[in-house]
Formats: sequence, structure tokens, C-alpha cells
Amino acid sequence: MKGGTKLDKIYLDNAATTKMSEAAIKEMTRCMNDYYGNPSSLYTVGQQAKEIIEKAREEIAGVINASPKEIYFTSGGSEADNQAIITAAAIGKRKGKMHIVTSAIEHHAVLHALRRLKNEGFEITELPVSKEGIVNKEDVKKAIRDDTCLVTVMYANNEIGTLQPVSEIGAICKEKGVLFHTDAVQAVGHVPIDVKAENIDMLSASAHKFHGPKGIGFLYVRKGIIVSNLIEGGAQERGKRAGTENVPAISAMAVALKEAEAGMKENAKKLTALRDYLIKGLSGIPHSALNGDAKKRLPSNVNFCFEGIEGESLLLLLDDKGICASSGSACTSGSLDPSHVLLAIGRVHDVAHGSLRLSLSEETTKEELDAAIKAVKETVEYLRGFSPVWRDLNAGKLQFIL
Amino acid sequence: MALYSEKVMDHFRNPRNVGVIEDADAVGEVGNAKCGDIMKMYLKIDNDTVSDVKFETFGCGSAIASSSMATELIKGKPLSEVRKLTNKAVAEALDGLPDYKMHCSVLAEEAIHAALDDYESRTGKKTE
Ligand SMILES: Cc1ncc(COP(=O)(O)O)c(C=O)c1O
Ligand SMILES: [Zn+2]
Repeated sequence: MKGGTKLDKIYLDNAATTKMSEAAIKEMTRCMNDYYGNPSSLYTVGQQAKEIIEKAREEIAGVINASPKEIYFTSGGSEADNQAIITAAAIGKRKGKMHIVTSAIEHHAVLHALRRLKNEGFEITELPVSKEGIVNKEDVKKAIRDDTCLVTVMYANNEIGTLQPVSEIGAICKEKGVLFHTDAVQAVGHVPIDVKAENIDMLSASAHKFHGPKGIGFLYVRKGIIVSNLIEGGAQERGKRAGTENVPAISAMAVALKEAEAGMKENAKKLTALRDYLIKGLSGIPHSALNGDAKKRLPSNVNFCFEGIEGESLLLLLDDKGICASSGSACTSGSLDPSHVLLAIGRVHDVAHGSLRLSLSEETTKEELDAAIKAVKETVEYLRGFSPVWRDLNAGKLQFIL
Repeated sequence: MALYSEKVMDHFRNPRNVGVIEDADAVGEVGNAKCGDIMKMYLKIDNDTVSDVKFETFGCGSAIASSSMATELIKGKPLSEVRKLTNKAVAEALDGLPDYKMHCSVLAEEAIHAALDDYESRTGKKTE
């Protein structure tokens, strides 16, 4: 990926969002300048804009081995997740099937959409994950009942980066005749995806996770599945998603995705090496542990817990050192609860409190990681220096967990 | 827009009175059952006055900043006055805290009150 000007920051929060690629920015401004027409208008200027979005649809479909008619543009990952779930629920309800299977580590977009369905009478089975953060496909098999209308399990987790057994779950769902949706927001553009080979019925994606613009994404829905609307209005997206299309964002998303696809193999190789280097470096901090499987994870994701410290204070001090990162600590959540993902992999509250996620991009360098490792080491040590928990751990009044 | 005020960031980056008093006259340790932050206050008391104070905190930016500010507010103060310290006063002295972070300043008030309770039970004196 070609980037714009390099920030004097070490940006290690690419799971939160990525910087737009130069090509995507160019495409966006090109569309703004040259294709301002409304794609629904019949005159040439409108139809040219229409062509732009249909070309984008074709390109995007090609990347995941779908057909263009199976791609619906949305405002991003959250909308795509909601629409997929509402779609499956509506189909299920018509058949009297009101049971949904999911995992304990889904993004809030899925979790909260399901919570709403629960209030409407659906039954939700939330599958646990292993301590490495991976759903067991046998659990999926066992959880599916005659009245199951949907299995929704994410492709890759946004916090701990773990890759889920998607093709195995897809095969099970196909055999059982149950719809399978996967939130692939963290995976699209980063790992190869083939919706046909992996028996995926619905898939959510978001452009800003692969160097495209924010506020645009897509939902893939296999042909033959009747899509339910979230937004009623005009006939855009074959009547399934009203609203004048965001032509520049759609086209820029396609450009970013093509670019990501072209560099995927090479980037994954480079990133995996960097990721493992970072993991090795952070493992040198005493009483720390990697969260999530060491190998079955996104090439870009590193997530650690450090005992005896709290994540928000770690993030603030890292920010002072120019490092952008993220944490699953209760104090960073706004809800006072630590990350449900960390709790699901068995991290107790105190340990989850000290979590740090560093997510790399293709532009990340070894020098940046050396600086990050040094900064994290120093900051953890500093915070432990006046942590009453760390004191009690060292005095033997509390037992070390990590 | 920054999450915290300049004052909060100052006390967070350069916390005052950090550490331990080995021969403290009173110690108070409290935890927030909800978010998990933990705060410990050590007081040295002479002539019913806080002559020295130190703290240790396991917690977020606002927990550390409010610990620091609270120690400043009680240092050199008579116990009767220290008893009256509220989390509101701590938060105000920090030029405010985000709403969902107010519970972290409650810890400072609670830790100081716990230390005063400890002092009462050690000495039999009243601090009200
Ligand atoms: C796994 C996952 N699902 C859904 C979303 C939501 O995507 P968006 O921000 O595009 O709505 C995100 C991004 O935060 C994510 O990581
Ligand atoms: Zn806190």
C-alpha cells in the first residue's frame, strides 16, 4: 500500500481504523470532481455515476468470489451486521425458527443486534471459546437445533485477532440447512476469503479497516436469500437499502480492496514476522501474557495483558510517547466492564484491566516496534512502581496469575 | 477534544505524593467493585493534622489524578477538615472529570475515609 505523508506518530491501532491509501484518496476526490451525478438519474451524468458504483460492485464481488448481485453497499460494518441478522431473523420468524447461535466474542454490532432480537422472543445460544479465543466447531454442530435460523460467528476477532474456523462452520451450516453469517470486518482485505468455498451465506465488511474511507462497507448475501431492509425509501441497492449512494466512498472502497488483495500475500508474510517479533519483545515483560492463539490470528494483531496495571493509564502514557494503541480495560470501555472478549478467554477482571492491543499495518517498521517495545516496557514498569496490586503480588499477599 | 482537562493530565503525568509511608499512622485501601480500580492512602498524623501523605493506585488516568489531587488537598490539614473531603471537591480541583469517570474520584474520598477509620480504630480518637 502506498501511504500519504507519514505521521510523526507510531500508529499501532489499525484494528480501530486504518489510514486511507493514496490510491483510495485519489479515487475519492476523482469521483467527487467528476461523478457528482445521482446514480438514479437517467441522464448521462447520473448514469456515469451509476457505472462507477456497478464497477465497484463487480470488483468487490470478485475479491471474495461472489457475484455482483450479491453485494449490498452499507454505511459500514455495523449496518451490514445488523442487516444480516435482521434478514436471517425475518426468514426464521416466517418459518417459526427463532433460535440463533453465536459466539461469546462477537463485536457489539452483532452482540447488541442479537440482544434486541432476544427481547423480541428469539433464543440466543452464545458459544464459549477456548482459552486461545477460538470457537469449537463441534460446539456449533451441537448447538444447532431444528428451530435454528442463523449461525453468526465472526471471521477474525477485533480485539485478540483470533481467526475462527469459518469454512468448517460453513460446511456444518450447509449440511444442517442453517444460514451462516460471518462478521468479516477485521478479515476482509487481510486474509483470503472465498464465500463459495467457505459456504458463507452472509458476510459483513467495512472499508476503513482496509485503508478505505470510513462510513462505507458492504454486506454480501448469497443469491436466493431474501434481504430485509433496515432503511426504507428509494429503490437503491435493488430496493434493499434506500439512500442516494455514496459514490466516492463506494469507488474508493473498491480501489482500496483491490489494492489490499494485490498485496495480501506479501503483506501477510511481512506482518506475521513483525507481529511475532513484537510478541517476542513484549513477552520479555515479567508477568505478562499474550491474549489469543499465537498462530491462528491476524497477521497484524498483538494483544497482551500485564498484571498489576490498568490499561487506560498505559494508553495515556504511551500516547505521550507518540504511540497509538488500544485497551480492553474496564476504565477505557465507558461501561465500567472489561472487554467481554478477554473475560471469555478466561482472563479475570484484574488481569483484563491491564490489557493492551497493538495492531500493525503494512507501513509498520521494525524500528517502530522496537520503540513500542521499549515504551511499553518502561511504562508498565513505571505504573507497577506505584500499584498497590503489584506490591501485594510481590509481597505474596496476592497470587500471580500470569 | 481531549478526554481529560489539563489539570487532570498534569496530576496524571506528574502525580504528587506517590509512594509508601512505612511507619504510617493510618492506611486506607479501597477498591471499586465495578471497574476494578484500587487505591491505597498512607497518612502520617501529628497533632491531629496530616503531616504527610502518600498514595498508590492501580487504575486509570482519572483514578491516578484524583489520588494525587486528594493528597494535595489534605496535606497539612486538620483531621476534622480532612473528614469533610468529598469526591466532588477532588473533581472540582481537577477542573472536572468526564461523567463516566466520576466514580474514580469517589475512590479518593473513600480511601481517605478508610484511612481515618483506621486511625480511629488504632488510637481510639475521633476524627469527626
Ligand atoms: C469485528 C467488527 N465488526 C464490526 C465493526 C463495525 O464496523 P463499522 O465501524 O464500519 O461500523 C468493527 C469495527 O469497529 C469490527 O472490528
Ligand atoms: Zn477508573
